Amino acid sequence: MLSRVEADGIGEVLRTIVGPEHVRAATDADAIAGVFPLVVVEPADERQTASVLRCANQAGLSVIPCGGGTKLNWGNPPRSADVVLSMRRQNRVIEHAWADLTVTVEAGCTIAELQRTLAQHGQRLAVDPLWPERATVGGILSTNDSGALRLGYGSLRDLIIGVTLALADGTIASSGGKVVKNVAGYDLPKLATGGMGTLGVITRAVFRLHPLPRNSRTLSIAVPDAAEMQRVILAILGAQLAPAAVQARNGSVDILLEGTLDGIAAQESAIGKFGKVQEGSPSVWNAREELWGGGNMVKFTTVPARIAAASAYFSRFVIQATGIGFAPFEGDLAQLRAAMEQDGGSLVIFGNRKLDAWGSPGDALPLMRAVKAQFDPKGTLNPGRFVGGI
Amino acid sequence: MNPKTLEELRGILGPQGLVSSPEELRTYECDGLTNFRVIPSAVALPDSTEQVQAVVRVCHRERIPFVARGSGTGLSGGALPVAGGIVISLARMKRILEVDLPNARVVVEPGVINLEVTGRVASASYFYAPDPSSQSVCSIGGNVAENSGGAHCLKYGFTTTHVLGLEVVLPDGSLVHFGGKTLDTPGYDLAGVFVGSEGTLGIATKITLRIVKRPECVRTLLAAFGSPTEAGAAVSGIIAAGMLPAAIEMMDNLAIQAAEAAVHANYPDCGGLLLVELDGPVAEVDALMADVDTICRQHGASEIRVAQSETERALVWKGRKAAFAAMGRISPNYIVQDGVIPRTSLPQILSEIDQLSTETGLRVANVFHAGDGNLHPLVLYDRRISGQEKAAERLSERILELCIEKGGSITGEHGVGEEKKHMMSKMFAEPDLDTMQRVRCAFDPLNLSNPTKVFPRTRLCGEKPGEYVPHPLEVAGVAERF
Repeated sequence: MLSRVEADGIGEVLRTIVGPEHVRAATDADAIAGVFPLVVVEPADERQTASVLRCANQAGLSVIPCGGGTKLNWGNPPRSADVVLSMRRQNRVIEHAWADLTVTVEAGCTIAELQRTLAQHGQRLAVDPLWPERATVGGILSTNDSGALRLGYGSLRDLIIGVTLALADGTIASSGGKVVKNVAGYDLPKLATGGMGTLGVITRAVFRLHPLPRNSRTLSIAVPDAAEMQRVILAILGAQLAPAAVQARNGSVDILLEGTLDGIAAQESAIGKFGKVQEGSPSVWNAREELWGGGNMVKFTTVPARIAAASAYFSRFVIQATGIGFAPFEGDLAQLRAAMEQDGGSLVIFGNRKLDAWGSPGDALPLMRAVKAQFDPKGTLNPGRFVGGI
Repeated sequence: MNPKTLEELRGILGPQGLVSSPEELRTYECDGLTNFRVIPSAVALPDSTEQVQAVVRVCHRERIPFVARGSGTGLSGGALPVAGGIVISLARMKRILEVDLPNARVVVEPGVINLEVTGRVASASYFYAPDPSSQSVCSIGGNVAENSGGAHCLKYGFTTTHVLGLEVVLPDGSLVHFGGKTLDTPGYDLAGVFVGSEGTLGIATKITLRIVKRPECVRTLLAAFGSPTEAGAAVSGIIAAGMLPAAIEMMDNLAIQAAEAAVHANYPDCGGLLLVELDGPVAEVDALMADVDTICRQHGASEIRVAQSETERALVWKGRKAAFAAMGRISPNYIVQDGVIPRTSLPQILSEIDQLSTETGLRVANVFHAGDGNLHPLVLYDRRISGQEKAAERLSERILELCIEKGGSITGEHGVGEEKKHMMSKMFAEPDLDTMQRVRCAFDPLNLSNPTKVFPRTRLCGEKPGEYVPHPLEVAGVAERF
């Protein structure tokens, strides 16, 4: 498989950039959604990353950036996948400015490792993404996977305050900064978040942090049917409470309270008015992970007041109170997507190679293509994986 | 401007919708930053998205630069007209189109005033969180352009956190939609990049906002310290204790004097005043407020007061929000600066500002959003004294350089606009700025939407259909092509 790379002398260039021990021929295990790459390259830093990109871009080779590999089958299969660019070696926490509540971290650092470092000063990045032991900073940003804490603390787009990107042509560009409040220049951290690595490779990110909660408590309310589930969710959202997270699963609404013991106790008694409250296990916040395994997985979005209606299509599901749900689905996906979009929501399909993963991006698609053309005119990065064939 | 084009615009907008007489055009020659003035060729006052589109299409066809304008309260010259261009004022598009309480969404036109959104939903105990000090007059469209903050964004986030969807007229007149009522719509987060782009990427004509449930209680504490440095240490203590107050504001003695003179806020006379606001469920706030009190005392607070009523609380905030305008009471002229530092650099930058003040003989009043390191130094001067204005400008700019040296930013909420574009290359490297301009080239390849703002040099975008015609900015020598 390496022959095309070797024949053109590109293999030698890549070995020179990152060192021979960090370039290897791809194996079947490196397949990206069924597409087999030629070579796996593991640059040590930002500069090497940019050099690898410049080399591949000039040679007309496509590049698939890769972190922990937990979500590599998200998005459409790539049109081609020549070089897998692994960020595994770029895993340092560069600066935890704990007194300023910010952290600068390399893209290949796993979420769990980052959280362990932050916890030494009683802080955290307030997100709860899938598979934190393996998922990386660059990976969760590119796929925009934050979790149920979004209700209380915002999503990745709200927490990222700076980003450095290596573009396909080898440009290294930073935007944002290291301070929480900053409106100088365009907000490229947001553009990169959820961009599926199609505009540039995220090499480092800066986040605002939150203190670890003094105390936390998980409550669950059993809900016999969809109507009751909807009622309980809206009652909690409409009350003057401050839950860190709320999610609905089959038969249950889970609530995460954080703060002082007095504050938690008062909120618990207020929530008791909406249903019979039971002590829940913190493990319910991993229920989303347990949905994976066999079959088509989807992410569906809706508004809070339509949570029950949107969830009704699924026999098993987890939906966060912000209106973002996950579920396995065996039926007609095209029909399901039409129904979700009709209702103002969307349906993203994971790991299915026949149907488009994303659905309609609406009338902004030509503009999205223009943005892509400005950042990556040759379509080097993750070709075909994103909306509308981007 | 070509009289035929003027007639065409009048045809689109109706006689009431176009301003072209020289006297009336003067109203639009500047925004809240009054030391830059340019009289536009005409001002369009569209009443609908369709009219905005039609006007922008004419601009696109005739290559006329345009500048969108909300209430004109911006402090960085973002709405400063471009010579030979037109201003598109969104002041007549001021309808609240939809209030969706179950989903906590409000859809508005760009001319709607910030405070009116809260006004509309207050009876249901909701509010719109971003609260710039000008919120009683500034427009949502302007807030979107500037990504406006305010005192409470420490906890609640900036405008960008609260804008979920946008209808935008692109600089070629086409209409596009970013985001919507639901989160995570497929595709790039174009709403995220549009908010804060200072009118350089197009004109928002419809905005979907997230509103927030009013907290069960709000408590505001005033703590008097001997100096801003002592107050700053208390802020660090509060943050280190794991609290995220809704707001932490600080004023130095000069700012306190000015606020007292202007609105009689009844502030304690001290060297550094801290205003800490906590909100949330009563039990939570009560427990934390006791901690804040203790931390302030430990850091040497000589006096601590908690606002006892909503009236008292309102007065405390009135003083703070009037602080800029209040400078007029103690100085004939002043420059409002807006810079950001990592919060922990506060004592250091304060002593450096002090030193600059001593060296130049100019007084500097300090008002901060202390929780997030956003400084608003107010440089006081007297224009009638020869050389003072220039000295004040230099001092004000020197403060920004100090912010950059400390790893901060040249603007936390007022924007780059016209005023600070020359500072951008001090904060960012050339490749950083070029990469931002790639976004601009995707949205506005002809460089018509608020050109000349934000970036130190306008870079014109590569491909242009048809015969090469130099852009007016290129001819004038203020832009280069790449």
